[in-house]
Amino acid sequence: MSENLISVDGLSKSYGGKRALTGLDLEVPRGAIYGFLGRNGAGKTTTIKLLLGMLRPDCGRIGLFGRAIDSEHASVEARRRIGFVSEEKELYPFMTVAQSIRFLRPFFPSWRRDLEEKYLHLFQLPLRTSIPKLSRGMRTQLMLLLAMARGADLLVMDEPTSGLDPAMTEEVLQGLADLAAGDGATIFFSSHHLPEVEQICDRVCLIDEGRKVIDGVLDDLKAQYRRILLVFDAEAPDRLAELPGIDHLRRSGRTASLLAHQDVDGVIARARELAPCSVEVRPVTLKELFLDQVRGE
Amino acid sequence: MNLRIVFSSGVPIYLQLMEQVKHAVETGALRGGDQLPTIRKVAEELAMNPNTVARAYRELEHEGVVEVRHGSGAYVAEPKATPKAAAIHTTGESLREAIEKGILLGLAEPEIRRAFESELLRLSGRAAAARRDT
Repeated sequence: MSENLISVDGLSKSYGGKRALTGLDLEVPRGAIYGFLGRNGAGKTTTIKLLLGMLRPDCGRIGLFGRAIDSEHASVEARRRIGFVSEEKELYPFMTVAQSIRFLRPFFPSWRRDLEEKYLHLFQLPLRTSIPKLSRGMRTQLMLLLAMARGADLLVMDEPTSGLDPAMTEEVLQGLADLAAGDGATIFFSSHHLPEVEQICDRVCLIDEGRKVIDGVLDDLKAQYRRILLVFDAEAPDRLAELPGIDHLRRSGRTASLLAHQDVDGVIARARELAPCSVEVRPVTLKELFLDQVRGE
Repeated sequence: MNLRIVFSSGVPIYLQLMEQVKHAVETGALRGGDQLPTIRKVAEELAMNPNTVARAYRELEHEGVVEVRHGSGAYVAEPKATPKAAAIHTTGESLREAIEKGILLGLAEPEIRRAFESELLRLSGRAAAARRDT
């Protein structure tokens, strides 16, 4: 289980003079549903394009399925095993659902008729409806079906639920849960929509301005990070900023809010030395982590 | 079993699942020998991550609440003589003392609850760190 389907080491990419990605490291273990988070323009799509071989890195290494992608041959071999669901949901507009499936099937010798039928049934896709008449949710589901039925081991998805209403989003997420639980798929998807990431991902990585700021098992992050709320008799002291072990600090008048994930006890003890009149410890949600880490003070 | 998970909370999801299974056992909704829904079923129904469900089941097995039988799923363990009942009673006594002290000092119920939860979080963070270190 410890095998990494994606391992990225020191990946950097610039467009012209502008840095899009700086020294990115990533590890996506087999079987994970991995949420790749960041604001618009943080470098998510650049990373996906690099993974798919649509862009070349300036430096850094990409490993897929345990093998280095160091030649055109290796690249094509690995990418054969990746199903990609793009944000634009590219499908041929003149085809129906059934025609799209029939058209793609012969390109993939490992096509899985069982999965095709299963997801047709699960998503209740209308076979005779033409692509432009499908809802966005159905188009996403058709892309998922096509990606899975071709026998992909790894699904890479760029904003798979963008533009979907909550009911459609839930159906897509159910599809992903099913893919991971039943068919052993590994799923890597980018998003800036936190609720769906919290719901379906076991691992997350947050990037900002082309750099990784947090990554790990989501439940472990929730167990590690704590918000410490302090109230003082007078203005919250400047010395708070020098406390070791703090990830983020926000001060407002007599109150201060600290974020910490290592040696939280030690941070609390040192904060107490500044003689606050109240100390409270609270759990931290992914949304708070995201906002604190990408917004700065 | 009626599972409800608050995904956007700061409480780890596998812990929420564990708590609900334990609660179902405590209230008798689940009894010794009852089969838990499969990992896949829970994952699909709640549209959540199967690895997270598996982690909850694994921890529950570790704590002796469920038994995982290979190939057939997870079952609620037959309750053993519960040394925990006494521990819960003793802990309740100590808590009552602390709460009474808070009331004497003039604290209102929400203030006492916040103080309790704050301390609990601090300690559970330490316990988690200790588990990681070993």
